[in-house]
Amino acid sequence: MPYIVPEPDAVSKPFWDAVQEKRLIVQNCTACNTMQYPPRPRCQECNSEALDWKETSGKGHILTFGILEDSHLPVRAADQPLNLAVVTLDDDPRINFYSNLPGTPVRQAVVGGAVEVTFEECPDGSLIHEWRMI
Amino acid sequence: MTTDDRSWRRDREGLGVWNGRGKTAFAGWGMSPIDRRWDGVSMDRTLGEFCKIAAKNALDDAGLTPADVDGLFMCPDNMAGANSGISANWGPTRPYFAAPYDSEDGLTIVTNKWILANWPELNAKGNIKFAPDAVPAIGEGLGFTAQAVADGKCEVGLYIYTANNLDGRYRRGGSFAAPKAPGPSQWNNPWGANVIDLQLNTTFALTQYCQYYGTNWDDLMYPIVMTEHTNGLMNDWGFYTTNGASHLNREEYINSRPITTPAHIWDYDRPVNAAGAFVITTAARAKDMKQKPVYILNHNQGSGGAARSSSVTLDEYETFQRRVARMVYEGAGLEAKDIDIFNPYDGFSSFLPFSLEAFGWHGVGKGEATAFVNGDISVHGPHPYLSGGGNLGNGRTRTAMYIDSIEQLRGTAGKRQVTVKAETAICAFAPALSAAYLLLGTDPMS
Ligand SMILES: [Zn+2]
Repeated sequence: MPYIVPEPDAVSKPFWDAVQEKRLIVQNCTACNTMQYPPRPRCQECNSEALDWKETSGKGHILTFGILEDSHLPVRAADQPLNLAVVTLDDDPRINFYSNLPGTPVRQAVVGGAVEVTFEECPDGSLIHEWRMI
Repeated sequence: MTTDDRSWRRDREGLGVWNGRGKTAFAGWGMSPIDRRWDGVSMDRTLGEFCKIAAKNALDDAGLTPADVDGLFMCPDNMAGANSGISANWGPTRPYFAAPYDSEDGLTIVTNKWILANWPELNAKGNIKFAPDAVPAIGEGLGFTAQAVADGKCEVGLYIYTANNLDGRYRRGGSFAAPKAPGPSQWNNPWGANVIDLQLNTTFALTQYCQYYGTNWDDLMYPIVMTEHTNGLMNDWGFYTTNGASHLNREEYINSRPITTPAHIWDYDRPVNAAGAFVITTAARAKDMKQKPVYILNHNQGSGGAARSSSVTLDEYETFQRRVARMVYEGAGLEAKDIDIFNPYDGFSSFLPFSLEAFGWHGVGKGEATAFVNGDISVHGPHPYLSGGGNLGNGRTRTAMYIDSIEQLRGTAGKRQVTVKAETAICAFAPALSAAYLLLGTDPMS
């Protein structure tokens, strides 16, 4: 699918570098041991800057989903109708990711369904983290 | 007090009762005609002309003349554009015209400088003594105006707000059309999750709501959307009144064009080209004016909170909305049971169940919206929810919530006049988790 290509910044570069190696990592605060995604300069819980990176299980569940039928993003509109799901991470369900659920036809996603991380190719050849129903 | 200085903002809990409570009042309101779009050539239907019409109507309503105005609060934003906001970048380069229509200013945006230069009567006596730049959009801007009047910056404040719409589609260009996602958009745009457009986060909060509380979108939303269209047709100025009724019904709603399923096209307000104006003055002056004063008991800005991760969760959304409601009540020293008229913002229908339950209007609690809206919420019944018809019922002017609240409290709402008590009102242009509300009352409570 023609994903819009994410542009890493100083904070997010380690995350996207790991994705290129097909690894899903998230930030982890060494002060309070809380994971967070998307990456931020500081911990949301304790405001510490002592943030490390932690491998995840790559397992999750579908929290909710909709179907994009008339997106404001013309690049993605070419794929419509398109699954758009919110997937929680089993390691810490307070963390969630957007996903197009590649491999799942529209209207066949299931709330509560189990998913695992996968890596899809963007138009520029870079990889992006995605989720597949299992 | 300037718009750069943010100290005027009431944007968190714990600020106590507003020190300006009951010291200012709405004295007038006015609307321009409402067009679906500006055609790019009709010079009598530009936003500059519409601002003058709306302002004159507001001053007439208040029994004032332009010479009475000493504060001009012109919001220079425009809501439609490539990303939102810059109409000039929307489509093909526009042909410009002879002055004063030789730039966007006066056509699709209007600044205070344009108004002052092109409506000489407004400041004929050098009466305007306060005309700040960059006045916020109507949700925060009316609060800014009320605060300025309460602080003595001016005695008669004229707030003007424009809604623009041109040929073509809203917000499909600029960075929205980019093949790359920089900054915060790297966490959502790649998957088509355009959360800058607030509808998506709230749509997902509401799909979680439907799952959790065991209801479904159409059963919850259709009665709300239909009520708004019914109430909007009882405004003589609304888009559907002046351009033709929607003839919405349940079949049409359910089968209408899908946008982000389960949300349909009728869950979104219709972009229009129009201007609205409001006169806010001191309580002392309002007492002896043409209309019964509608006092401003509180204003708020800011936000109830932000999602911890990519997408807001149901629990977060409900928690943040309750924080918004507490801020609104706290500043007025009132509670849910005290509120008669409830006109929250409805740019997208999905905001409405959350504001209803978080504010606890008419005792509605968590998960109870479906039962409530499937009861009698008609304007003449016991629970006249959204009596103004909002944006959904009148077009995206973002003024209906305020106009109806003023008229209900004056007792001049005509066909829409509620049959229950109408002494207090909550009204807003407050998308998603914004806290930009006003609380109004017939009693200054000072
Ligand atoms: Zn921490």
